Amino acid sequence: MSGRLERAFERARAENRACLIIFVEASDPDSETTARMIPALGEAGADIVELGVPFSDPIADGPVIQRASERALLQGGGLRPSLSILKKVRSEGCEVPVVLFGYVNPVLAMGEDAFISEAREAGADGVLFTDLPPEEGAGLCRGLIREGLAPVNLLAPTSTEARIQKAVSITRGFLYLVSRPGVTGERKDLPAELPDLVARVKKVAGRLPVAVGFGIATPEHVRQAARLADGVVVGSVVVRCCEEAVLSGKDPVSEVTRLVRSLAGGLAR
Amino acid sequence: MSRLVKGGRGRFGPYGGQFVPETLMAPIDELLAAYRAARKDPSFKKELDGLLASFAGRPTPLTFAGRLTGMLGGARIYLKREDLLHTGAHKINNALGQALLTKRMGKTRVIAETGAGQHGVATATACALLGLECVVYMGAVDVERQALNVYRMRLLGARVVPVDSGSRTLKDAINAAMRDWVGSYEDTHYILGSVLGPHPFPTMVRDFHAVIGKEVIRQSRKLMPEGRPTHLIACVGGGSNAIGLFWPFLRFADVKMTGVEAGGRSMEPGQHAVRFGPGRPGVLHGTRTYVLQDEGGQILPTHSVSAGLDYPAVGPEHAWLKETGRCEYASVSDAEALEAFHRLSELEGIIPALETAHAVAFALRVAKGLGKEARIVVNLSGRGDKDVPSVMAMEGGLG
Repeated sequence: MSGRLERAFERARAENRACLIIFVEASDPDSETTARMIPALGEAGADIVELGVPFSDPIADGPVIQRASERALLQGGGLRPSLSILKKVRSEGCEVPVVLFGYVNPVLAMGEDAFISEAREAGADGVLFTDLPPEEGAGLCRGLIREGLAPVNLLAPTSTEARIQKAVSITRGFLYLVSRPGVTGERKDLPAELPDLVARVKKVAGRLPVAVGFGIATPEHVRQAARLADGVVVGSVVVRCCEEAVLSGKDPVSEVTRLVRSLAGGLAR
Repeated sequence: MSRLVKGGRGRFGPYGGQFVPETLMAPIDELLAAYRAARKDPSFKKELDGLLASFAGRPTPLTFAGRLTGMLGGARIYLKREDLLHTGAHKINNALGQALLTKRMGKTRVIAETGAGQHGVATATACALLGLECVVYMGAVDVERQALNVYRMRLLGARVVPVDSGSRTLKDAINAAMRDWVGSYEDTHYILGSVLGPHPFPTMVRDFHAVIGKEVIRQSRKLMPEGRPTHLIACVGGGSNAIGLFWPFLRFADVKMTGVEAGGRSMEPGQHAVRFGPGRPGVLHGTRTYVLQDEGGQILPTHSVSAGLDYPAVGPEHAWLKETGRCEYASVSDAEALEAFHRLSELEGIIPALETAHAVAFALRVAKGLGKEARIVVNLSGRGDKDVPSVMAMEGGLG
């Protein structure tokens, strides 16, 4: 393993706070902006970046990230371009841990073994597929682990004890706990059952960090989730901020980093 | 060999599976358990068979197409008349089955996707009959070209939601339905309308349509001196009417089967929906199968004159039947389908759905060459009333 993900969680733990994990869609609004965005996110307080790989049919995503994928694809975005962005960012010395976040078909089109070696070469730390439950993904997860990449698996409020155990066994880096049923998107409140859900997963997870995502959109949400979990994932509100910046002719990088700074304020426990 | 294809649940060879977000695994497991229990429960079969007979109009006739046969001067052509079912297509077989399952699971709301609108109408109908709330997702392009079916669904009490994302056709309607289901499964069942999607849908939807082929086996014993057809032909979008006809015949090695895909305007990318050939194995909507995609694994847009065939993936069992060589797949262009639409109307007094017209067109193409001994059964999967306005518009109005 590169160890970047592990070190991010260790550092946060030492500072008695949760890790802030920020999602951005690769090539939205264009590849150059994303390449500037990743290191800037790190400087603004993101411990880990989830780099969304554009896909034509994102069934797990709400309207904000759907629109971002469509824009990115029009810009020529996709799996290979996402890896190129990451490679460029790494060559410029950026050490922010990056998890590729996407759907499995582009990986199948590239070939799984080719993907694993290209992702590692590009400098990815982890990989998450929204449409690959352990039943289908265990083999690919083991392949990633062997090559030093962290498979990040999703858990949901509906995941049974047995499913959590199975996911833990093929996950490295951290577990991604979906806070509620539904697609990605901003919500007004965190679900009332979240504390119990996190506790249930953490009991099985052991030393593997647990990050909570879906519906987390404000510094107050971050504050609440950071008290429960090892990591907090914020996506749609960041992508919307980027979209609005572009529409109003502002620099998306400076607008998004300002938002991330305010979100990072909620991390301390 | 891919790391993804070994073992796994709901496989047809290396195809099928359950490629869905973790959140959906629970409702899918619940559905699988409910379906298994229902299959073992004689009262479920009795209730479904009762509705199929008294409400939907089963069994449907097997009609000898005498004038068509005479004109072509080759194989005898028979039509399995699913167009005569209530709501006008085979889709009602599956909609009633899954609506009954919805009740058994204690759910009160149903969602569905639809392309041509036939599955949407069938689902809206089943929901009206059984007192279930119904929401149908439909691509905005299809809402326009199948306006009659949109209004039928509304008359039946369903809410039709036009889907404006992506290519605004069937594929995007399925995306929207899946997004709804991820957040609503506690009180909602997703009545998927074809042999697509994650396990158990491809198997379950096939089982609900297998009644088509079973009836043909029985009917051809009486109708054909030789007792059995030599060829089966059906159109293939997702492939539900085809698998319903083919599946009970798979054990008869001497029966040839051909699925007919939409050749569209041309074989340029985006101009057709021919998955076998230009398509490659991939994952779309929860299942591994042949998918039309670009080099980067992005799903390609499709085109067909018929909304029901306008979809970039094919049912995973068809992928396996193709790969094993048990079934053959061919394609028919928009123009050939339209020609067959007219031929069948004029020669047999049956206006077929544009989807179905693809199967008819293939029969027209091969009947003569097969010789007089051959017996073709074409699955007349749906009637064409819904397509009359758009065909009329394409051909310049009443003229």
